[in-house]
Amino acid sequence: MSEHITSAYDRDLELVEVLITRMGGLVEQAILNAASALEAQDEEAAQEVRHADRAIDALEDQLNDEAARIIALRAPMGVDLRVILSVIKISGNLERIGDYAKNMAKRTTVLAGMPPVDGGVAALRRMAREVGRLLTDALDAYVRRDVELAHEVLKRDHDIDQMYNALFREFLTFMLEDPRNITPCMHLHFIAKNTERMGDHVTAIAEQVIYMVTGTHPDEDRPKSDSTSVDTGVPTA
Amino acid sequence: MLDSSHNVIKIAAKNVQVWYGDTHAIKDVSVELEDRTVTAFIGPSGCGKSTFLRCLNRMNDTIEICRIEGDIHLDGQDIYDRRVDPVQLRARVGMVFQKPNPFPKSIYDNVAYGPRIHGLARTRAELDDIVEQALRQAALWGEVKDRLQAPGTGLSGGQQQRLCIARAIATQPEVLLMDEPCSALDPIATGQVEELISGLAKDFSVVIVTHSMQQAARVSQKTAFFHLGNLVEYGETGTIFTNPVDKRTESYITGRIG
Amino acid sequence: MTQKTSLIEPDARTRRRNAAEKRFRAYGAVAIAIGLGFLVILLTTIIVNGRGAFQQTFLSVPVYLDPAKLDKKGDRNPEDIAKVSTFGYGPLIQAALLEQVRGLNIDTPLTDAKDMKALISASAAAEVRDVVMADASLIGRTVTFNLLASSRVDGYLKDRVSRVGVERDKNIDAVHLDLVDKLRDAGVVARSFNLSFITGADASESRPEQAGMGVAILGSLAMMAVVLVLSLPIGVAASIYLEEFAPKNRWTDLIEVNISNLAAVPSIVFGILGLAAFIQFAHLPQSAPLVGGLVLTLMTLPTIIISTRASLKSVPPSIRDAALGVGASKMQAVFHHVLPLAMPGILTGTIIGLAQALGETAPLLLIGMVGYVATNYPDGIGSAFLDPNSAMPAQIFEWAKRADPAYYERAWGGIIILLVVLLSVNLIAILLRRRFERRW
Repeated sequence: MSEHITSAYDRDLELVEVLITRMGGLVEQAILNAASALEAQDEEAAQEVRHADRAIDALEDQLNDEAARIIALRAPMGVDLRVILSVIKISGNLERIGDYAKNMAKRTTVLAGMPPVDGGVAALRRMAREVGRLLTDALDAYVRRDVELAHEVLKRDHDIDQMYNALFREFLTFMLEDPRNITPCMHLHFIAKNTERMGDHVTAIAEQVIYMVTGTHPDEDRPKSDSTSVDTGVPTA
Repeated sequence: MLDSSHNVIKIAAKNVQVWYGDTHAIKDVSVELEDRTVTAFIGPSGCGKSTFLRCLNRMNDTIEICRIEGDIHLDGQDIYDRRVDPVQLRARVGMVFQKPNPFPKSIYDNVAYGPRIHGLARTRAELDDIVEQALRQAALWGEVKDRLQAPGTGLSGGQQQRLCIARAIATQPEVLLMDEPCSALDPIATGQVEELISGLAKDFSVVIVTHSMQQAARVSQKTAFFHLGNLVEYGETGTIFTNPVDKRTESYITGRIG
Repeated sequence: MTQKTSLIEPDARTRRRNAAEKRFRAYGAVAIAIGLGFLVILLTTIIVNGRGAFQQTFLSVPVYLDPAKLDKKGDRNPEDIAKVSTFGYGPLIQAALLEQVRGLNIDTPLTDAKDMKALISASAAAEVRDVVMADASLIGRTVTFNLLASSRVDGYLKDRVSRVGVERDKNIDAVHLDLVDKLRDAGVVARSFNLSFITGADASESRPEQAGMGVAILGSLAMMAVVLVLSLPIGVAASIYLEEFAPKNRWTDLIEVNISNLAAVPSIVFGILGLAAFIQFAHLPQSAPLVGGLVLTLMTLPTIIISTRASLKSVPPSIRDAALGVGASKMQAVFHHVLPLAMPGILTGTIIGLAQALGETAPLLLIGMVGYVATNYPDGIGSAFLDPNSAMPAQIFEWAKRADPAYYERAWGGIIILLVVLLSVNLIAILLRRRFERRW
């Protein structure tokens, strides 16, 4: 699209892009750092992740303010309107993802003083990395206004959900094996759940990208492959 | 509940072409304007929206070098048929102009002029009624009912424009054409006129040409976007401004060049 | 950093510019002063020179209406009285004056009644006769008349005739002038306001004291009436047609150009046209105000058409659009809205045209209204238009041509009357304009 006649309008939109990209980068970093801290059981690193979440929250506030300002002053129409609406929602999604990363870091501190669970942490790290990659792709789709990439992101969330299902059953098994595992497994489970929710928020971001570019909402149901709500927990041998 | 008269077509234009001398001002425009609806014509300067508007009540007849082709039907009848008297047409299709232009007569005489020359009232009492009705519909009655004999030119800008609207609706037209009616008014007067237009839509079809997209967005149910003499897009106002189909429409409403 | 100029102190360019503007204003003031100066000179000259025409010298003489001379049969029969011409009354008057002189014990070598002739206007006898004819019962009585003094006496009292020039004068001599002095001292001879200058008819060359503008004024008014009644409707209608209804093609342009040219045509050409068209072709009476009016109508039409067109053009097209938008036809829009708004301009143009026509002499030349001595009052409306007459400027021109210096004074007086009439016409126009403008 060519430039606006009012160049200040273009500058306003550029600022918003910069802020979203910056926020996205911080959140990507938070996920990676939280996952590393969890695996290494590094309390100090975990503290830093918790500390860094403040910047993410501040960016969300700033983005909301900028969006309100642009609506009041520029009366955006058409694609500009959809961009602003998307920015508001995406910043909300990013902030939630950031919060989940912070929560992961918080539980890392707790888990540090507990006996380790076999393979649980490694699996979580893999899942977190996958979510991180998904987020990167979603943000790329946003920046490049790439609808196809966004659709791909929607599909790949399915994998995240599968990972979560597997972890859920694994943790159940661990808890059944040894009651001393229950506490750490519960924490790990929460971390897994939060990571799965991160994936859902990334999906939401991708859906916003599709709406922003095409003006229509993606009509396929969000792939909800999370079957744990109907899982009875009876292990199948 | 959706008013079914919304979908009755009041004015149907097909393949309308207009030439000013050698300039091809309107290029093959076809559009169907609905009854009891406010339709907005938007577009950049010189795109032909005012020209097209003036075709709808044959005001372009007064311009010698103007040539029109195509069909324009009002309630199914061709308004350019040779048997049609433009003077009579203009009693059914009224017009309000950009700059308020009340006659240099009293407020009463301004509103009464149309009904008088069309013989709509047989007695003075009937004429009084028509004038009062028109002024009420134009949301001006309360402000002028005690000074109907005062000159129309002594009113404020917003009041003058409402007087012109009252004058136009006094002949009980079916369609009201408005050519940028608020461009000479301050924001408060603009608001009053826009409120008036929303009320008028219950009884008339209103077609409003406007430079302000905000105004078109506020006041109309359907919007037509003109560009370089073509009708580029026509649809529901909400859709035009949130998700237009044509790239040129998108460019115009988002304030981009080209 | 650029040097900031002080707001308080003007820089060189500003000073030069201010000086230039001051000079320009001074030029303007000087130009206006010169114009005003000429105006003052003009008005002063006119008033000083023409003032005298409004005063005339009269002799207050008690005349014994001798029945022996006027009504020999003694039966006061109007027919018989009418038979006595001015030749009979003349001696009576002269005798009366002589008696009055003796009665006042004025010392003079003039002893014969005939000597008094030089003092009395030749028209005095006719005046007395008219009075007697109107009222026969006066015969036998002594009635004091205000008799018109002769032109030379009048001139002497107005310092036109001086003792120096009187030696070569055939009409009066020094002895008479002495008598006049003494009569003046006695209060017999006096100057008083001369209404008949404004209302009276023109007189022959030899009787300037009797000459008046009255008939010429009527002639002018009759012509103005014709001009107004004809040129206003025709001019306005033509203008409306050209402006609103005529198709915009080359023929219309041609017509418009030619109308503008007509306004610049020398007025005498219209006179020739009038002669050919109205007098020779249509056989209308010569020297008639009707013909003069027709010629002047032709002359005024272009002015009215042009000014009407300008007024119509000045009506904002938004009014026209508004009228059409409400469903008025073109005629209704023009007559209900455009024309009333254009009225002030039309009126101004009409008044300008009328004022121009009022002051024109050249076109009247060839149809016979210049040089016609207007001595008779028209009797009735018909004759006012059809009987030969003159017009004010023509009358003034006539008087200026005549040899007698008394007529010179009257020419100036005529100019004053003409200016007064023009001013009143303008005043009426201004009042009418105000009235139209106040309506909206």
